[in-house]
Amino acid sequence: MLIVLPLIGTLLCFLLPRQVKALGLMTALAIAASAVALLWQLLQQGAMRYSVGGWGAPLGIDLYADGLSLLMLLITATVGLAISIYANAAFKLDKLVHFWPLWLLLWTALNALFLSADLFNLYVSLELLGLSAVALVALAGGSAALGAAMRYLLVSLLGSMLYLLGLALLYHSFASVDIAILAQRMESTPAVWAAMALMTVGLLLKTALFPLHFWLPPAHANAPAAVSALLSALVVKGSFYILLRLWLEVFPLSHAAPGQLLGLLGAAAILWGGVQALRQTRLKMLIAYSTVSQLGYLFIAFPLATTMAWKGAMYLLLSHALAKSAMFLAAGNLLLFGGHDRITQLDRVAQRLPLTLAAFALAGVSIIGLPISGGFIGKWLLLTAAMQSGEWGWAVVMILGSLLAAAYIFKVIGYAFTQAEVTHEACEVSKTMGATAFVLALAAIVLGLIAPWLLALMDIAEPFAMSSAALNAGAAA
Amino acid sequence: MNNAYLYALTGIVLFTLGLYALIIYSHLLRKILAINIMASGVFLQLVALSTRARPLLDAVPHAMVITGIVVAVSATALALALMLRLRDASGSAELIEESTE
Repeated sequence: MLIVLPLIGTLLCFLLPRQVKALGLMTALAIAASAVALLWQLLQQGAMRYSVGGWGAPLGIDLYADGLSLLMLLITATVGLAISIYANAAFKLDKLVHFWPLWLLLWTALNALFLSADLFNLYVSLELLGLSAVALVALAGGSAALGAAMRYLLVSLLGSMLYLLGLALLYHSFASVDIAILAQRMESTPAVWAAMALMTVGLLLKTALFPLHFWLPPAHANAPAAVSALLSALVVKGSFYILLRLWLEVFPLSHAAPGQLLGLLGAAAILWGGVQALRQTRLKMLIAYSTVSQLGYLFIAFPLATTMAWKGAMYLLLSHALAKSAMFLAAGNLLLFGGHDRITQLDRVAQRLPLTLAAFALAGVSIIGLPISGGFIGKWLLLTAAMQSGEWGWAVVMILGSLLAAAYIFKVIGYAFTQAEVTHEACEVSKTMGATAFVLALAAIVLGLIAPWLLALMDIAEPFAMSSAALNAGAAA
Repeated sequence: MNNAYLYALTGIVLFTLGLYALIIYSHLLRKILAINIMASGVFLQLVALSTRARPLLDAVPHAMVITGIVVAVSATALALALMLRLRDASGSAELIEESTE
């Protein structure tokens, strides 16, 4: 249902370009409703497995939903709905005709990705995700955006190729690509290690972990605001989700060395992304580098590998999705308002666009990780996990990263209150656009208040149990 | 060395050649072709290695390769279209290093 619905929406939007606004919004609402329906079902029955066409696991396509996939689906629906409303207000009709089909296709790919139970299905949805994301970046037009889209496409294809090669090796060793079957048959052979390395590097390219992040800032900064929000909030999370599934379920984490390496790269990303963000002069570039930095936090969970660390990373992922989309939408408003996004020339926008700036500030609170926001809960869980296992190094990096985040966000807010040297004519920004950004930012804060409920949701079918069990077994042995 | 391994090794060689070309050449058409060669390498690998997983011929990798080819064709089409647009917009079919400004 969750996959077919947006696909039908895509086709309808292609066929009826005149009604694209209403059609798209209706589809978005329907998808959100079915995500909530899935939440209801999962709460009552626990994890679900569904065979498409009744073929069953080894041969047919299986869909699988547990707490992890459910949360990803819900966050996609929330952010997606808000961005849909924003896009309808921000784009003119000629752009919308292209935006809606592509965006619904992207949504299809995301939902399919979060529900897939086998690695090949994941590959197909990953490829679909990449292609529709690239087309969305190119929507902005102009040579900068096209160049960024081209680079993004090449990186994305390279990532998929590496992933597929790893998949070939796995199929050769175990004659299956189903995640559950692979997890049972898994053993530590050179072929498995090669496959793991290939798939991990491929996915890291797509997730833009330092030092493979080079394509992200131009692609995210040059896309239209609604698209940048989608890319930063959801698309990079898609490949991270696959990585999480692979490491949690397929490859047992009893060997600590690769996890440590991922953690180190994550730590480097936090610091490098933060410093680069501080150095940027354009607002959207700053936000894009902030994404690089925040993605680093997610990888800190790999060396810690306790249930608490995974939950922290998941929580951070959710709140980052909300906060970063709010930030990009706010930046889009500022861009439209002043006709530029140079940080030093934000001319008293605090007085003139209060709602947008409030959205930016609230999202900033969550990104920095100040208390009661969603970002705080995520960072708190990660910090506690790091201290419990006595690994102070990670904790120090996380705190430094937060200080850097505070620095670059206050820099923007400071300029927003002062008068710029060059005053400029301001364009009108519609109320809807400010309001959607504000609602998203508010949701990022609210995420901090409903923490116990969300953490309980993550426990449906205990997606994190296996890695901790493997780790304990490794420690005991 | 049996036939399957020969094919698999050829697949690896194709993949590596493609990867090399993708990194070395700056013209976009060459990059796109390089990715296609990499894809062929992966597909060859999938089919060749599957014969060893089970004694009989296994149809699943063949289905995967067909799907993979469809994906590769559409990706190539998108890449070529983007390349043409980029050439129209910037005057050259190469990626320019962007300044941070």
